[in-house]
Amino acid sequence: MIELSYFAAAVLFILGLKRMSSPVTARDGIVWAGVGMVVATLATFFMPDMHNYGLMILAILIGGGIAWYTGKKVEMTDMPQMIAIYNGMGGGAAAAIAAVELMKGDIPSTSFQVLAVLGALIGSVAFSGSAIAFAKLQGLMKKSLVFPSQKVVNLGILGLALLLGLVLMFSDSPGGFLLFLFFLLALAFGVMMTLPIGGADMPVIISLYNAFTGLAVGFEGFVLGNAAMIIAGTVVGSAGTLLTQLMAKAMNRSLGNVLFSGFGTTTAGAGASPEGEMKEVSATDAATMMAFANKVIIVPGYGMAVAQAQHKVWELAELLEERGVEVKFAIHPVAGRMPGHMNVLLAEAGVPYDKIFDMDEINAEFPQADVALVIGANDVVNPAARTDPDSPIYGMPILDVDKAKNVIVVKRGKGRGFSGIENKLFFLDNTRMLYGDAQKVAADLIAEVKQL
Amino acid sequence: MIEGYTALYIFMLAAFTGYEVISRVPVILHTPLMSGSNFVHGIVLVGAMVAMGHASTDMERFIGFLGVMLAAGNAVGGYVVTERMLEMFKPSRKEGGR
Repeated sequence: MIELSYFAAAVLFILGLKRMSSPVTARDGIVWAGVGMVVATLATFFMPDMHNYGLMILAILIGGGIAWYTGKKVEMTDMPQMIAIYNGMGGGAAAAIAAVELMKGDIPSTSFQVLAVLGALIGSVAFSGSAIAFAKLQGLMKKSLVFPSQKVVNLGILGLALLLGLVLMFSDSPGGFLLFLFFLLALAFGVMMTLPIGGADMPVIISLYNAFTGLAVGFEGFVLGNAAMIIAGTVVGSAGTLLTQLMAKAMNRSLGNVLFSGFGTTTAGAGASPEGEMKEVSATDAATMMAFANKVIIVPGYGMAVAQAQHKVWELAELLEERGVEVKFAIHPVAGRMPGHMNVLLAEAGVPYDKIFDMDEINAEFPQADVALVIGANDVVNPAARTDPDSPIYGMPILDVDKAKNVIVVKRGKGRGFSGIENKLFFLDNTRMLYGDAQKVAADLIAEVKQL
Repeated sequence: MIEGYTALYIFMLAAFTGYEVISRVPVILHTPLMSGSNFVHGIVLVGAMVAMGHASTDMERFIGFLGVMLAAGNAVGGYVVTERMLEMFKPSRKEGGR
């Protein structure tokens, strides 16, 4: 009966994921997977020879309760770091399973012990790495730590962890100090591996840790002889790996590049300080420029998401269209903090699909645009990515807004983007800055256009 | 216990399934899908419960407790976040149908 429930859960997970890969059925998908999870969890209570029920239920209530509360409360803009932290918890749980099983010392054969140790290593890395990713996205940790011979140090930690792991794999009763040291090293490696990564690469690394956790869960599933864990874990492991590659490809970067290039050293950015100055523009002038333009391309970014300005921006676009201006939205694959972030927000505001364009579709149109209105986007429109080989984002494909006849940049303050790099776009001759909260600025622009 | 080549076959087939299920996904669904698969590996809860249920020493119980707590957080949090994210596809679906 328990086995049958696990089988049903595995089927529901796969069908749920399949449904989630199409926009039309996506919402049912998560419900299907959710039913699978409840079935499997309830069935587990009826496993033979189980103890500690009281504490177990308490642990579920605490962990589930906190996650429920934080998950419901979090702002839409903070979703990526929540995914990171929940994923890290899964990795930590897989590592905890491995620790308990290794301490008990009754794993039937060496091959299973190898899997237990490998799962522990991968799970621990996913746990501590995701915690660092969370801290970075949440703004608790601002800078990317990069120091000389970092790769050597990291390799050293990984090597030591693997060495200890080898000892553990083949010892009869692994435990105590060695086990403790092994976990410590594995956790340290996760931290060290994530510290130098920053900027737009963050979603990719979160996705990678997601795949890691899946794999760790699958491995521990073999150790426990639990088919539901094996199947669900392995499916997520391979799906997550593919998803990670797709994301990296959307940014035109290889996975190795993301992991080892050490993104965004502030010193390098400061060395190439742009010339010229930022020129401000009033809402009145900006509104006039757009109202009498033939073609306006709007480029939304994280700033629009933070200010919840999507409804006002769409209102502005509709107003311009009534005056005969052609308005299009241009979306960079990694605009915002996660792929598809802007599409979701604009869809929420009611912008029709045929007005929203991907980078490849719209880049050729910027030279014909009279105004490119950049709302809270920064790194994805930085021309340094095209021109400056010293820039940390060099080679990343960007939206060519600098080629438009006029550029209006709506920005909260004079600070830098998420990657901490100075943006050359802001200093160009055809660029005007419009400071303020995106929602308020959009409202001002609407009022000004109406008065014309 | 699932052993030897049977284990290997299951692993291979499951890996292939995951790859097939995800291929040809539009960019807009990358993040919801990442979140959804994050929820699915919350099944680790089942394993954590088993490990804790069979724990005999205090140390094992303690680590098992941590494991179950973390796993429950993964499962519940993963579900809530994914559901909220997919919730936003409602208006866009209406828009597409017009």
